[in-house]
Amino acid sequence: GLPPVPPAPRFDAPVRAAAARAAGGGAAMPRVNLVAAVNGALAGLLEEFEHAIVFGEDVAFGGVFRCTNELLSRFGPDRVFNTPLSEQGIVGFGIGYAAMGPGHLALAEIQFADYIYPAYDQLVNEAAKFRYRSGGVESCGGLLVRTPCGAVGHGGHYHSQSPEAPLCHVPGLKVVMPRDPCTAKGLLMAAGKDDNPCVFLEPKALYRAGVSGVPEAGYELPLGAAQVVVPGRDVTVVAWGAQVWVAARAAKVLREGFGVEVEVVDLQTLVPWDEETVVESVRRTGRAVVTHEAPVTMGLGAEVVAAIQEGCFLSLEAPVRRVCGYDTPFPLVHEKYYLPTEEKIVECVLDLMKF
Amino acid sequence: RSASAPPTPASPQPSTPHPAMLRATLSASLRARSLRAAPAAPAVLAASRARGFSSAADEPSKTFEFTPFLTSRVDVDKVPESSAVATKSELIHYFTQMFRMRRMEIAADLLYKGQFIRGFCHLYDGQEAVIVGIESAITYNDPLITSYRAHCQQLSRGSSMKEVLSELTGRYTGATKGKGGSMHLYNPKNKFYGGNGIVGAQGPLGAGLAFAEQYNGTGGVAVAMFGDGAANQGQIAEAINMSSLWKLPVIFVCENNHYGMGTSTARSSGAGDDFYERGTFIPGMKVDGMDVLAVREGFKFAKAFALEHGPIYVEVDTYRYHGHSMSDPGITYRSRDEISDIRKSRDPIDRVKAKLVDNEWVKVEELKAIEKEVKKEVDEAVKFAKAAPPPPEHEAWTNIFKEDCTARGTLLDNGTYK
Repeated sequence: GLPPVPPAPRFDAPVRAAAARAAGGGAAMPRVNLVAAVNGALAGLLEEFEHAIVFGEDVAFGGVFRCTNELLSRFGPDRVFNTPLSEQGIVGFGIGYAAMGPGHLALAEIQFADYIYPAYDQLVNEAAKFRYRSGGVESCGGLLVRTPCGAVGHGGHYHSQSPEAPLCHVPGLKVVMPRDPCTAKGLLMAAGKDDNPCVFLEPKALYRAGVSGVPEAGYELPLGAAQVVVPGRDVTVVAWGAQVWVAARAAKVLREGFGVEVEVVDLQTLVPWDEETVVESVRRTGRAVVTHEAPVTMGLGAEVVAAIQEGCFLSLEAPVRRVCGYDTPFPLVHEKYYLPTEEKIVECVLDLMKF
Repeated sequence: RSASAPPTPASPQPSTPHPAMLRATLSASLRARSLRAAPAAPAVLAASRARGFSSAADEPSKTFEFTPFLTSRVDVDKVPESSAVATKSELIHYFTQMFRMRRMEIAADLLYKGQFIRGFCHLYDGQEAVIVGIESAITYNDPLITSYRAHCQQLSRGSSMKEVLSELTGRYTGATKGKGGSMHLYNPKNKFYGGNGIVGAQGPLGAGLAFAEQYNGTGGVAVAMFGDGAANQGQIAEAINMSSLWKLPVIFVCENNHYGMGTSTARSSGAGDDFYERGTFIPGMKVDGMDVLAVREGFKFAKAFALEHGPIYVEVDTYRYHGHSMSDPGITYRSRDEISDIRKSRDPIDRVKAKLVDNEWVKVEELKAIEKEVKKEVDEAVKFAKAAPPPPEHEAWTNIFKEDCTARGTLLDNGTYK
């Protein structure tokens, strides 16, 4: 028979462990939402690093999503300030500040990920290549660009995009996307302290979607580590950000309605991504689906699928599939039709089980 | 009044003639014709038609004063007067146009609160005099482009209220089939190029439109509008430089409503609340954007200037009553008193109304009759939009490329779709 499904680990176990280590055990973990978690992480970084600064459009009054709420009153206008409407300037300015050396944390905010493109040249040609082109003598590791991304129900073309693919395609940048408040705080603090330029994508649909226990103390979760959020036996579904929850709902439908045990893996760090965890999972299950909101062609899913077929070829029972957004600009009225919903994931998995 | 810089000749010397400029020389006669062209044809409106404008000969007119222009790098003796003649029919036309825009935006506010409009909706109420003034100084031969705060430009460029509100509510009867929404309205027939969601992106596009006018010899001036927030975008500086280098007929219009989303100009602009000098090496002009006559006169000058000498940067000092968008209450970064003070002292519609009533050119009842007809037009447009169907599903796959294409994705049957 098949090996028993291991008992489901509490999905916030790594968080609890990290928090316990950081706070010496017994840390308070109030239930807060993603906005509060991000706010707490930024405050933690500003407290720990006297040369950390937070800047971006409208961050002083708290930001359009309130992620920078009260940081100005706590840390002062020298450290928390508005910038003009100049994305390229914001990121370039941040690179320069971070280049001054360790501890110079440039915590930049791009108001919506859809607006990151004027800054793309700075990210690709300056931030990502700084260490490489200087032979390691200079770098801008203290740069962290936070930006809300993803579908929100009514965002249309310019308030819904998931631009992780073009960002991940740049050697020298790290890209992180959390799925919930407690992982977000740990990942954001880790990304801030990580001595590499990072882009932290925050799924805006999750900002107030739910709460989880988030340690009040500062703590870090490792970058480059994926996490199995739902253990399973029959098929591996790889996702990140808000799509993790879509996959989890599909997993529930598949388990209860069809007896199919789906394993959901959250990549958490999109680059460098945890190939080992994904490959280990697919070698066990033999089937894999990768799902993301961004358009299917040339999306991050293509990278994950390529690595899966290379690492798990002899273990595969079926082709590796993708359930993603369509190859269109993110639509306005057709959003519900466009998104990779749980129904589409369920259909795809059932298809794989019949292969 | 000019800025402190000594007056420079209004036409800077070109270095190497660009090929386009040689063509431009050939089309100088066309430009001269456009300078003598009749004023802009007023947008057709049932109410205006019903009023039956009296002929120019026997209708009352008067010279009205307005806030003087501030200029930079413009010959002192070329700066237009801070007064202009306006006739009764002109003022009634401006009043009607602005009132239509005001009521339409308020209807959009209610539709948004009723969740008939979803997504992002940026309202223009308070700023009506800017577009009405501009349109009265240019024609539909002059291409217009602006930011996402574009509902009233779509109206002034000839779309009906039904088309605008249908687009905002995501209906197939909308100006862009319901696929664009509030931020993406276009009317190419009347040379309106949107409606652009990304701040500042329309700047270089405006330069391109101007180049096309020059290259094709069609004699138009491109009017590229953007806000005080967008004025800080690098691409605006790029567009200004290219336009200056190639002497493109473009007017860069900075609609300074003093707040880039939630950040005031004082806290985002190195030059404080003045933007007309931001063009540095191109001439600039600051206009009271709450006075439709000031805007009209300013843009008459700017159009003539741009066609002859190249780009000019016109800042219009204006104000928006609503927040940045319907998601922004608009009072976390400014006081309610400030908003109501401006409504009381500088409202563009009230100003025109006062001119008509104080000079006894109309009775209050006549204006009320116009208002009633406008409200009827708005109500009909709202009803029409609410009842119209959304775009059908297959429109999700159209207009990606020119030809039919396969748009990969995942359907319930896991197929690709053509």
